[in-house]
Amino acid sequence: MPIRAQQPDVSVVTLTIDGQDLSARADETIIEVCRENKIPIPSLCWMDGLSVVGACRLCVVEVDGGPRLQAACATRVREGMSVQTNTDKLQRYRRTLVELLFAERNHVCAVCVSNGHCELQWLAQTCGVDHVRMPYRNTGYNVDSSHEMFRIDHNRCVLCTRCVRVCDEIEGAHTWDVMGRGSGCQVVTDLAKPWGESDSCTSCGKCVQVCPTGALVKQGTSVGEMVKDQQFLSILARRRSSR
Amino acid sequence: MSRTISIEPVTRIEGHARITLQLADTGEVEDAKFHLTQFRGFEKFCEGRPYREMPALTARTCGICPVSHLLASNKACDDLLAVTIPPTAEKLRRIMNLAQLLQSHALSFFHLSSPDLLLGWDSDPKDRNIFGVMRADPQLAKNGIRLRQVGQTIIEILGGKKIHPTWVVPGGVNEALTVDKRDAMLAMLPEALTIAKDTYAFFKTLVPKFRDEARHFGTMQTMFLSLVSPEGALEHYDGFLRLKDADGRIVEDKVPPQDYPRIIGEAVEDFSYMKFPYYKPLGYPGGIYRVGPLARLNNADTCGTPFADVALAEFRTLQEDAGPIASSFHYHYARLVEIIFAIESMQRLLKDPAILDPRVRARARGNKSEGLGVSEAPRGTLMHHYKIDDAGLITWADLIIATGHNNLAMNRSIKEVADAYVDGTDVKEGMLNRVEAVIRCYDPCLSCASHAFGQMPMVIDIQRSDGKVLRQITRD
Repeated sequence: MPIRAQQPDVSVVTLTIDGQDLSARADETIIEVCRENKIPIPSLCWMDGLSVVGACRLCVVEVDGGPRLQAACATRVREGMSVQTNTDKLQRYRRTLVELLFAERNHVCAVCVSNGHCELQWLAQTCGVDHVRMPYRNTGYNVDSSHEMFRIDHNRCVLCTRCVRVCDEIEGAHTWDVMGRGSGCQVVTDLAKPWGESDSCTSCGKCVQVCPTGALVKQGTSVGEMVKDQQFLSILARRRSSR
Repeated sequence: MSRTISIEPVTRIEGHARITLQLADTGEVEDAKFHLTQFRGFEKFCEGRPYREMPALTARTCGICPVSHLLASNKACDDLLAVTIPPTAEKLRRIMNLAQLLQSHALSFFHLSSPDLLLGWDSDPKDRNIFGVMRADPQLAKNGIRLRQVGQTIIEILGGKKIHPTWVVPGGVNEALTVDKRDAMLAMLPEALTIAKDTYAFFKTLVPKFRDEARHFGTMQTMFLSLVSPEGALEHYDGFLRLKDADGRIVEDKVPPQDYPRIIGEAVEDFSYMKFPYYKPLGYPGGIYRVGPLARLNNADTCGTPFADVALAEFRTLQEDAGPIASSFHYHYARLVEIIFAIESMQRLLKDPAILDPRVRARARGNKSEGLGVSEAPRGTLMHHYKIDDAGLITWADLIIATGHNNLAMNRSIKEVADAYVDGTDVKEGMLNRVEAVIRCYDPCLSCASHAFGQMPMVIDIQRSDGKVLRQITRD
């Protein structure tokens, strides 16, 4: 007999986002309400269908005029809540965050297989990053091309951990994980074995499709040819939750 | 007391360079050197990257001729895949290469060199640029800009953008040609051909005025290297290497590009970041040779298109002696012949019904550990040579750039021109402009992303051997 899914909290709350009066289910997060109402709010680590980690902080918003910024992906709505998603302060913070991502690793869009189809590139455009104000670290990271079908270029990884979560939560393989700290932090396959030697990888390619940048790509693609299809994720997640 | 004259930066070339002239006590030129003052390091930082990134990576060496690197690099990748690309893909690549030849030659002739030819070597440097040409002969300037536009637009129609298109990929191209695009390209070419023929006819009237320059602008005895088709015709995309000596004897013929390490070596000098390729059997620096339009026309038996063949026949009469045309001044002439050839060839390729074939890409993965791609860039023979590991990552790369082949010849040429024109006791700006102009004959592409142009400031230091500046001439 299939396991019954937990019933959602259907109580309704009312709140204001950017001066717009809205109603939402009490178990929703601010980012979900924004997406439903087409209120643009940038995000990177958040993805519909995966668990929330609140790591990238790009979706920070101002709540009830308070000084502490809150991640929209990790904050549930409340009755009477007032949210600002696009103040000068938020724009400044988001732009700085995106610049730091560019400065940390080596994102050379012009020669990247994801050029033109990259979420980081799109974020840079929407956040007004016309240049990076801090010095680049220029540290070389390795490229693991040992897998028959896929490749990871750590130079282009933003550590959003989407790959780790989709592999664990949707595919159930848990091939991907994270090792190291600070600038030495990176995603790894099977306790840092080369991907091509991984025993747990099912070669399903979900990690490649959810990766927001050109870090995880298909072999055999040339510049600008890596277009990702993320439609499958919300469909799979919905079907699993309804079982 | 010996002195040094330094011309820095050299203007109206692509990139950054310096020329130094070492003068003897008597004012005669003792030595002349052409220095490449910038360092790029592409061969090193490409190591560790996936080979499929190489076309886009190496194309960044140049903003003027990215298509040349794109093609040579993709040919090296085709070699790594061990595939023969579909015939239509090859034709499409050829069209893009010819469009690039057209726009690059137009840039060299009209924008960079015509100010010297039209306004004179000794004219005011403030006017000696494309804007001066616009004032003196507006139609000529317009024609130059239009020709370049046609070339760039064809590249854009095929590749999606004018500079650094990514349409050419290992195994072919990533999108077939449509009827609309073909027709749009064909519609531009008759006007371009008319402009090219008119400019050629005009330049023929100028040639007799520059007899003296033709005698002194790099007439040294060198060999000529280029690709030729299997039948010996003018070739820019594929074929075999041919090397002709100064007397017109074919020294090497039907050399498969893969055999280039047998005939070409690279030397290094401490005064320049540019390497000095030479013909190995004759050693360094005796194995001096030239590449580019002059070499290609000297080496080719025929062009293979009607108007270009007439122009080639006229080109061969530029010199009374038998044998290859020796003067580097005639690079300009050769460039105009090649412009005509490029337009005629594009028309021929686009009118071929097979050009619309949807099969334009061979798919494979790295099947060899070493790949070589050779094509003719506007400035000469371009070689990309890669080695990859089992995972397809680059372990070694060697790029022999067209301008590099001409390095020895450019150094000899400035010495020759300086000997003929520079009087160390009374240095005039026009004298130094001739020294720069001989470099412009080769149309060197030095950095190539930046484009030195027109009224760049130039400082000429006349120094004593201990480095003390005796006199400084400044051009704003």
